[in-house]
Amino acid sequence: MLSYLSRRLMTMILTLLALSVVVFIVIQLPPGDFVTSYIASLSAAGESVDQETINALRDRYKLDSPVLVQYWAWISEILRGNFGYSFEMQLPVSEIFSQRIGISLAVELTAVVVMWAVSIPIGIYSAVNQYSMGDYFATIFGFLGLALPNFLFALVLMYICYNWFGVTITGLFSPEYMNARWSIDRFLDFASHVWAPILVISTAGAAQLVRVLRANLLDELNKPYVLTARAKGLPRRRLIWRYPVRVAMNPLVSTIGWVLPTVISSSFVTAIVLNLPTLSPILLRALLSQDMYLAGALIMFMGLLTLVGTLISDLLLAWIDPRIRLGMVGAT
Amino acid sequence: MSDTVLEVRGLTVAFPHRKGETTAISDVGFDLKLGETTCFVGESGSGKSVTARAVLNIVEPAVIKSGAINLVDVAAGQRIELSGLDPDGADIRAVRGARIAMIFQEPMSSLSPVHTIGQQIIEAILLHQDVTAAEAREKAIDALRAVHIANPEEAIDRYPFEYSGGMRQRAMIAMALGCEPDILIADEPTTALDVTTQAEILKLLKGLQESRDMAVMFITHDMGVVAEIADQVVVMLHGSVVETGPVDTVFHAPQHAYTKKLLKASMGLDEAPHGRNGAGSDEVLIETSGLSLTFPTKKKIRKGATGGVRALNDVSIELRRGEILGIVGESGSGKTTLARVLMGRFQPQEGDAVYHTRDGAVKDLTHKSGFRDGQVYREMRMIFQDPYGSLNPRMTVEQIIGEPLLVNGLLKGAELKKRVGALLERVGLPASAMERYPHAFSGGQRQRIGIARAIALDPRVIIADEATSALDGSIRAQILDLLLTLRDELDLAILFIAHDIGVVRYFCDRVAVMHKGSVVETGTAIQICDSPQEPYTQRLISAVPIPDPRKRHLVA
Repeated sequence: MLSYLSRRLMTMILTLLALSVVVFIVIQLPPGDFVTSYIASLSAAGESVDQETINALRDRYKLDSPVLVQYWAWISEILRGNFGYSFEMQLPVSEIFSQRIGISLAVELTAVVVMWAVSIPIGIYSAVNQYSMGDYFATIFGFLGLALPNFLFALVLMYICYNWFGVTITGLFSPEYMNARWSIDRFLDFASHVWAPILVISTAGAAQLVRVLRANLLDELNKPYVLTARAKGLPRRRLIWRYPVRVAMNPLVSTIGWVLPTVISSSFVTAIVLNLPTLSPILLRALLSQDMYLAGALIMFMGLLTLVGTLISDLLLAWIDPRIRLGMVGAT
Repeated sequence: MSDTVLEVRGLTVAFPHRKGETTAISDVGFDLKLGETTCFVGESGSGKSVTARAVLNIVEPAVIKSGAINLVDVAAGQRIELSGLDPDGADIRAVRGARIAMIFQEPMSSLSPVHTIGQQIIEAILLHQDVTAAEAREKAIDALRAVHIANPEEAIDRYPFEYSGGMRQRAMIAMALGCEPDILIADEPTTALDVTTQAEILKLLKGLQESRDMAVMFITHDMGVVAEIADQVVVMLHGSVVETGPVDTVFHAPQHAYTKKLLKASMGLDEAPHGRNGAGSDEVLIETSGLSLTFPTKKKIRKGATGGVRALNDVSIELRRGEILGIVGESGSGKTTLARVLMGRFQPQEGDAVYHTRDGAVKDLTHKSGFRDGQVYREMRMIFQDPYGSLNPRMTVEQIIGEPLLVNGLLKGAELKKRVGALLERVGLPASAMERYPHAFSGGQRQRIGIARAIALDPRVIIADEATSALDGSIRAQILDLLLTLRDELDLAILFIAHDIGVVRYFCDRVAVMHKGSVVETGTAIQICDSPQEPYTQRLISAVPIPDPRKRHLVA
């Protein structure tokens, strides 16, 4: 197990390196280098540009050296925790990150947890009670959740909350708590706002999970080992959780790897409509304004999340399925 | 002795659907007695399995419409009526596994793949007996020992996929016997196993039944197995019981026409071989010498070492024009690998295999280039085991049969249609069948479609890989006779891969016996079946059940 883990960590590092090359190429793609765009943005703002600062910047990122040296300068800075400078927001990238990463992960991880917590019981229910009223209801809810665009759902939710209950649900904090320190009051305020984005983000994902789990479980419920367990005299509920559900979860667990990045990149629109201080609107802005260091750092971050998620899902799979653990994939 | 433990009367089970219901079994009645084995025979769809499941009241989505299932506690003199109980209720659950246990056909899929054997046996014991987890584990180890699993203390913590098919079926039996039931229901428990493994499992079941004085309800379609183990026989047809009686009476004085038909279709070693039309030709079509193929194991590749599974070891056979050559052996003996080598799927590491084409050319089958111009594929065709999996469900029968003709650019349009119609009629199906999809046909009819596809290109050789293994007795006989007719009409040579010795004796001219990748014995079918020379062949032949209760030899 330990050797497996260390081998996996090694490949993760190599993959990250490969990803960094791609990200670096993306950063290099816009014409000129970032100092010229920095000067352009400064002069556009009517500020004079200090030649010394320019020289210092050019020197620091080795902009006059060959590409490989530039890459090394960039990647070694990243390893030291310096992700470069965002010209759009006039802040170091790491500072933007530290402001938003906590909130961002909190919202998106909660959304993922809610998604799973809701969809697993519903999926099991609608498979076990196929073609019952509850199953039809879950199916309708599922297709609505899949078909309804997130931004529309968010807008409708905002409208309903404001018009019927007089509550604004944009942002994650009321103005008075925006820059306050964390306290119980601030947390309650946070909680009173955060449910809306979590609801919007998790609905579509949950609907999809319900459909996948239902289909998997319907296949498993007809397997002979379920009949064997019934013939043993196991109570129905215990039987279903212990046998078919465990096998039917496999395909879901293998998707953990890309759940987080998907949630982050698909919550763009939601985050913009609901004015959330998370990372996803920043990524969009950075891409639009060619703020390449910020965009690069975000892409690296999402790549890292994918890799960590894949590792987690592989470890979980090995834990729940002995066929994978013992290297007998395909055995029955 | 002879205490009735289960009385079934007037049992009717139906599958409800929108337009009414389909009756699965109707008015079924029988008794099970302690210490007796009652065999249920009939072809697939006759309602044997539904009857067995109805006894445990697990028939969903069907429902028990009427009838009584009385479970008698002989010692206490109590009776419970099972058919009226709630299928998920506590009363019936206390019976399942504890009083009546069941084992199933597919030892591969009847055990949960993600739990150890031990967990699954211990669970059953803990459900029904008031013991601690440690005691249950002891009992489970004892149960595994009782079914002759080596090293039960270690084997208990293994997963089903680490067991062979025979071991899994033993583990299933151990699980069923963990709570010492009065009745054991065995639903085709040996159908998926090799003859030698089947003989061991039958012997084990008979021994356990006698030592524990159980009633066994044994479901099978194999009359040979019935003759070997049954005390009583219940013959089922289309959901009804057509004949019941002691085994000797049923075999030697059958009353119902269907029983007679079943007996006639069962192919034991006494079966007269089919009539041969003249002497075989001396012209050799396929010739192999010293074929060897080793599959490297995955780990070995990584470590760069040699070794692995030796699937074929120095195999030399020849197939002559118009001859039926049987290849027999247990699973894993390399039969199918040999067929795949001949069809160019695998390339052997050593040895030669050549095919002599119709126009006299010699093609090297050990090298992919031998297949390049397609002539080998036109003259050598295959029929597969699984009539369901080997036909594309999204193609019509016309497309399926016409495809080889179309791909080879031989016919198209109206001519193709005409030819497909002629082929269908030749295999005994109406030409109108071409417009339909495979799902509209039964297993036997699908196998006929597969045969029509194989003969479409007017081949000289047909490789039939377990082509009749998935079929019931009387249908199997029809397919074999169809192949015999086609052989005579088209002058085909057939390489017939099978594990069923009775079929081989009836159908084949010559037989090659394979064991662990090697051909251990070759001879005419009669020689091999009646006077086998090699010890392995003798073991294989002696494990074949004989469909005559007076000639029992497996479990006596």
